[in-house]
Amino acid sequence: MRKVYLDHSATTPVRPEVLEEMLPYLKEEFGNPSSLYSWGRQAKKAIEEARARVAGLIGAQPEEIVFTSGGTEADNMALIGVAYANQKKGKHIITSSIEHHAVLDTAQYLQRQGFKVTFLPVTPEGLVRVEDVEEAITDETILISIMHVNNEVGTIQPIQEIGKLARERGIIFHTDAVQSVGKIPVNVDELNVDLLSASAHKIYGPKGVGCLYIRKGTRIQPLLHGGGQERKRRAGTENVPGIVGFGKAAELAGQELESEGKRLKALRDKLIDGVLERIDHVQLNGDRERRSPINANFSFKYVEGESILLSLDMKGIAASSGSACTSGSLDPSHVLLAMGIPHEVAHGSVRMTLGRDNTEEDIDYVLEVLPEIIERLRAMSPLYKKAGD
Amino acid sequence: MDMRARSGWLQPNWPRGEGQGIPVVKWLQGEKNSILDERIELQNLACGRAAMRKVIYLDNSATTMVLPEVAEAVREAMEKTYGNPSSLHSMGVEAERILRNAREEVAKLLGAQPEEVYFTSGGTEANNWALRGLAHALKRRGRHIITTAIEHASVLEACRRLEEEGFSVTYLPVDKQGIVRLESLERSLREDTILVSVMSVNNEVGSLQPLEEIAKIVASRSPALFHVDHVQGYGKIPLPLKKLRLAAVSLSAHKIHGPKGVGALYLRQGVRIEPFLVGGDQERNLRAGTENVPGIAGFGVAATLARKNLPDSVQRMAQLKIRLAEGLLEGIPGAHLNGPEPRAGAPHILNISFPGVKAEVLVHMLEEKGIYVSTSSACHSRRQEASHVLKALGLPSSHLEGAIRISLSRLTTEEEIEEAIRTIKECVEELRRL
Repeated sequence: MRKVYLDHSATTPVRPEVLEEMLPYLKEEFGNPSSLYSWGRQAKKAIEEARARVAGLIGAQPEEIVFTSGGTEADNMALIGVAYANQKKGKHIITSSIEHHAVLDTAQYLQRQGFKVTFLPVTPEGLVRVEDVEEAITDETILISIMHVNNEVGTIQPIQEIGKLARERGIIFHTDAVQSVGKIPVNVDELNVDLLSASAHKIYGPKGVGCLYIRKGTRIQPLLHGGGQERKRRAGTENVPGIVGFGKAAELAGQELESEGKRLKALRDKLIDGVLERIDHVQLNGDRERRSPINANFSFKYVEGESILLSLDMKGIAASSGSACTSGSLDPSHVLLAMGIPHEVAHGSVRMTLGRDNTEEDIDYVLEVLPEIIERLRAMSPLYKKAGD
Repeated sequence: MDMRARSGWLQPNWPRGEGQGIPVVKWLQGEKNSILDERIELQNLACGRAAMRKVIYLDNSATTMVLPEVAEAVREAMEKTYGNPSSLHSMGVEAERILRNAREEVAKLLGAQPEEVYFTSGGTEANNWALRGLAHALKRRGRHIITTAIEHASVLEACRRLEEEGFSVTYLPVDKQGIVRLESLERSLREDTILVSVMSVNNEVGSLQPLEEIAKIVASRSPALFHVDHVQGYGKIPLPLKKLRLAAVSLSAHKIHGPKGVGALYLRQGVRIEPFLVGGDQERNLRAGTENVPGIAGFGVAATLARKNLPDSVQRMAQLKIRLAEGLLEGIPGAHLNGPEPRAGAPHILNISFPGVKAEVLVHMLEEKGIYVSTSSACHSRRQEASHVLKALGLPSSHLEGAIRISLSRLTTEEEIEEAIRTIKECVEELRRL
């Protein structure tokens, strides 16, 4: 059976070149980077090389990159670290209602600690309005955190404009760029961001490693304490092989950004057009234009997303409903609800996210299999029958 | 020799250990051990970048060599099982299975239930989480925490942070052997004490803490929870979780020949804790973030391998450490141990000073000869300050300056120890001549 992996926003396979580069650090180069002797120094050097590569991908200086255990830790650190380091200036934070839970839950945690948080609404297409950000700003605002690309519906947020606004007002600006780095051009200077979260396993690197970009001069506290690693910004023995893998993945992503971006965008459009053409009562969620080249998100009315997923899985196709992190829960996606999509429609949503391993034939296969699945499921759906009557 | 009376590690009371009861004598008689011989070969192989000369790695408290089987498991997970464990499709289910197996193995080596093990990014996160998470979950009952002056920085710094947030922390003093003073614990316990955190094995001098006595004292006067930083003790000394009524235990993979970037926190069922990382329902809603599947797979294999030859692998290590101590103390005039007597301390850590010799110079000289040791803990070996542990032991400054830490693993061989004794002796003599 054909295997088609369409869940690249959840995680990506590690590239062989990345694994290759990691292996020596898993085996013989096992030194602790904090050690004085040469084994440790070799590990240290490898980390610095990786840091330069990751910095290169986002137009940052190497010393502005702090390695973390992943995107979630980077998001937690950005919000908590900035909130506590700047609370004397004010206690107001602005974010959006469609952020990843790593930002949303952290913001809610800070609310319980006495911070005020504004969760901005979005347009029906899933976009944050710059005017809304502007209106929300008060004298107390110390941090704005808006994601670059939404992980569920792929919308690309107006980060540059929000960043400009934040800079004019002297407010620290963070973007969760876990879904954009390595997929679309990301440059911290052009985007006007002070902090940016990225993750290795979304760009064909290993799980368990990510980073927070911290613009020089940004006031932030560490999250993990107890060791002088990462210039005292993140304690804990460095995940050397993971970091090396992240570096290689970043380098490769940078080299292929343009060509892969173009190729995937064409595949994505083929998928979107094909689905909309072949299947009735379906809608594309998110903005058609301001959209990640890898994301397609549909709502198929009168059917459950979960049933579609299981049927797809039996045909060898891996997709998801909502984000992987909450796919175990039965609540409809907070992102779709924030976009004003009704509960019952949100329940029938499926996310397909493309990647390096996908081909034109993969899309043909999906377009062949999916209409049958939807038709079969709808034939069993009392809702569909009622609507048809 | 009566080692059993002085420390716990020779008693075959390992929770679910295998191969128990094999007497130390067997090794002392020099009986061939095929697994061991294989390991020696592997280690020399792994040290390939220094293939021109033999490498003797004796800095296992900083980090350990990743075993080939572990590296293989990590590689395999990266190549084949790349799904996100939270995904519903079969790729995700595969990844979830890896987590389940690893959780069982990590739990087994600790003597815990799999559902009591929560994976983290390492020992530092586990310690930070335990301190912060328990303190904040319990703060309505009280705001006093007790720890020791010789904890790892990840516990001490977490405590400092809590102090800034309005908690009060007592740092218990230790005696010359690096063992916590029980009478000061008794005096420090208060009505509002909510948490006691004591490491099982000190990472710099290898002292074993009297956890049973501590648990008894705490239990008899206070409802405070007990956390143990077991990063240096995991797989090396037994930790009777139930008997000590432990609420939380921190573990790290890369100290037991597993990969860096992964650790775990054991939480007794029913213990309430606030999450440290939020934003995803991984690890039963207590630790957000996509699981480091390959790292966790490696951790599982490392735990399996560590359990394989218990307790004789640890007894062997202890005997080698004792031989090392004796060799250095007898062979080098003025040499003296920092911390516990070799027979009383952890089976793998030795801290020793050679008056008149600067530790850093000695470490570099030894490195040139292929022997890797360290000055203090790796986490601050780049700092120039004297170790907070050695200071807490009340050592004179002459001892502080010259202290090196030599730490073994179960892969360390008798030949390596003899070679290390000879080389250290030569180096110290040479440095003293200068």
